[in-house]
Amino acid sequence: MKKRLLALTLGVSMTAGLLSGCGGGSNDTPATTPADNTTEAPASDEGTDTPAADNTAAAGEFNWKAYEGTQIDVLFSEHTYADAVEAKLADFEALTGIKVNYSSMPESNYFDKLNVELSSHSGTPDVFMTGAYQSWEYASAGNMEPLENYISDASLTNPDYDYADFIPGVIDALKWDCVPGHKVGSGSQWALPMGWEINILTYNKDVLAENNLEAPKTAEELLNVAKSLHEFNGSGTYGLALRGTADWGTIHPAYMSMYSTWGAKDFEVVDGKLVSQVDSPEAIAMTDYWVQLVKEGGAPQWSTYGWELAGADLGARKAAMMWDADRGGYTQNVAGASAEAGNLAFGMIPYPESAGKTEADMKSNLWTWSMAMNADSSKKEAAWYFMQYFTGPEFMLWSGTEGACTDTPRQSVLESEAYKAAVADAEGYFEAFSTLKDTASIFFTPHPYFSETTTEWAKTLQDLVVSNKYSSTEEAMKQLKETMDAIVSDLDVE
Amino acid sequence: MGKNNRNKAEDLNTVPFKTRVRPYLIVAPSLIITIGIMIPFVMAIWFSLTNYSFKLPNHKFVGLKNWVDVLSSGTFWNALLVSLLYGIISTVVEMAIGMGVAILLNNLNNKLSKILRVLLVFPLMVAPVTATIVWQLMLNSSVGIVEKLLNVFGIFNFPWAASPNTALMTVVMIDVWVNTAFIILLVLAGLQSLPKSPFESAKIDGGSAWFNFINLTLPMLKPSLYIALLFRLMAALQEYAVIFALTKGGPGDSLMSLSLTAYQTGFRFQKFGSALPYILVLWLIVNVAAKQIVKRQRAAQKQAAGLEE
Repeated sequence: MKKRLLALTLGVSMTAGLLSGCGGGSNDTPATTPADNTTEAPASDEGTDTPAADNTAAAGEFNWKAYEGTQIDVLFSEHTYADAVEAKLADFEALTGIKVNYSSMPESNYFDKLNVELSSHSGTPDVFMTGAYQSWEYASAGNMEPLENYISDASLTNPDYDYADFIPGVIDALKWDCVPGHKVGSGSQWALPMGWEINILTYNKDVLAENNLEAPKTAEELLNVAKSLHEFNGSGTYGLALRGTADWGTIHPAYMSMYSTWGAKDFEVVDGKLVSQVDSPEAIAMTDYWVQLVKEGGAPQWSTYGWELAGADLGARKAAMMWDADRGGYTQNVAGASAEAGNLAFGMIPYPESAGKTEADMKSNLWTWSMAMNADSSKKEAAWYFMQYFTGPEFMLWSGTEGACTDTPRQSVLESEAYKAAVADAEGYFEAFSTLKDTASIFFTPHPYFSETTTEWAKTLQDLVVSNKYSSTEEAMKQLKETMDAIVSDLDVE
Repeated sequence: MGKNNRNKAEDLNTVPFKTRVRPYLIVAPSLIITIGIMIPFVMAIWFSLTNYSFKLPNHKFVGLKNWVDVLSSGTFWNALLVSLLYGIISTVVEMAIGMGVAILLNNLNNKLSKILRVLLVFPLMVAPVTATIVWQLMLNSSVGIVEKLLNVFGIFNFPWAASPNTALMTVVMIDVWVNTAFIILLVLAGLQSLPKSPFESAKIDGGSAWFNFINLTLPMLKPSLYIALLFRLMAALQEYAVIFALTKGGPGDSLMSLSLTAYQTGFRFQKFGSALPYILVLWLIVNVAAKQIVKRQRAAQKQAAGLEE
């Protein structure tokens, strides 16, 4: 019994020991580079379906059939972007001869499943969906394959791929050097964008017109309009739909966009340590405003609201406005999708005039669903073929115009006439993307405890809105700062 | 003496191999299951003494650090309180309602009782998460049917799960809706298995309904009640699905039970070493409670059988 336990424990220890991440070596040198692999035959698949590798890859010519016969496993979160990929899987398989074992699951449990899969180091899934924030955790743990060497390898990448075509802010959001406190935009390319979301105001044109109100452009106008629309359509209806659940999803969309526009920061590096800045005057002023906004203009049950309920209320005329990901409003506005389809229009980031901010200061914190490669995959080249096909310009033109993925990460698609025609019915949508694409970014400071710090942040907001736990916003934010500092205390910053 | 032992050994050698092995074969499945349970349990204790995390390439032994951190944190004591309140309140309410409904069903005529039994058992067939989502819609302040009913009585925008003052009541209410049927079924089965003769004797002696209930029904029903209590309390102390589906533990930390805190620490924050003490404490509580209930159930069973006063 003792020996068996010892063997099991050792087995787990050894498995954990195999983990290698950013800290496991130079960040610029991935543990397994494509160059290492291209000199060898592609790894065998399970069973008898050994791929018939084509030597043209090794010879330097790109060939879509180079990994014909290989099977890869793909795990996605259920989303419009994933639907678009699924719709074109047969085309990819016909082009490459690579068999894709595709599976997807609801977002609510997706990351839990993915965490377990990646930490098991089984090598599956070969390709998975992720966000930039999650990549800070996965990359730090050595679960993600850096992609820059694949992108730059002419034998592995279609010459028409056009990496430079990605909107800089979006592609940079998926780069990080794995040093806590260092901003995104440098270091390895950990994932490639499938789409990206800006967090903007969406409003019901009819409701505002019926109440003789203009679409708010400033934070002050937003508060006034939201307040005046309290119970605009009977009991329980309200002005502004916002997320409020106790997790990072509440912080990253509208709150972080307003927080950054206000000029506040989450962390600063001080004496080699990450130090929370949520108790800065800007952070306290902004949060104070936010709490008032939720209390006086938000949903009565705000603290239970995720993006689904927020979007549903907007589409059902229960909320007059919503500040959330553009996709939430866009999908409600598609003909037949909701009762208010066609009545919705898109604004931008309400900026705080009282804090001296102007339109030039508008900052949208962005979210990008992206695809990444498992560092433990034994079929990396085939996985890369999948990734480049479904982030390539041809697929993205189709997905951005016909596949409902209107928040395209490619500049060429955004500027195409076909795209402009596709989003023409969504008033203000194209203008919002065109305006904010140059300033939208990830305004969180990257570190591997993102989920933990933002959950505490969301809980503090909940306490401020629905309880009497704190006597003031300042007291709450000072307490939050201490909590966040304690969480990141073991991180050393260069 | 020595001669006798030698004879016994000789006798054993004459026992056929199949007969000698049979006891081990009979015990084998239980042994395998026990080992299957013990391995992860022992590993859980071990990992609670390490900094095991999905985020770290390696883990190391940290002694009692996780335990000290957990037991000295306000988060743990809040989680313990939430788990105990949730477990005790929901179990007591379910036992009371379940027993009352079962007695009523037992006294109804057979046809109506059968129809009601099917209807009342329906919530048990719904997955707790599904039931919670349905309730979330019913309690919604703008479209919920419960809100509309409350409006008739002049109550508007009742906060339900959105306020720390009413959140526990809301999740307990959903738990009661889902699980009371389980108590009804068990108690009803217990009631229908009671012997008829004591009740007939009491009737002849002119015993009132209350007298019969206190002196006959309740004592004989106690073993079934303890079984119902055992299952419900164990499940309620470990409850996760209803709370997670409704509020994810919010608002603030108001519904962060031991299970939910362990899940959040282990899976969301990927700190398994820190999450395991929550689960092990929960195991201890459930284990102690279960043993106490089983002990009382056995005594009640003997009493009901007339073997013990």
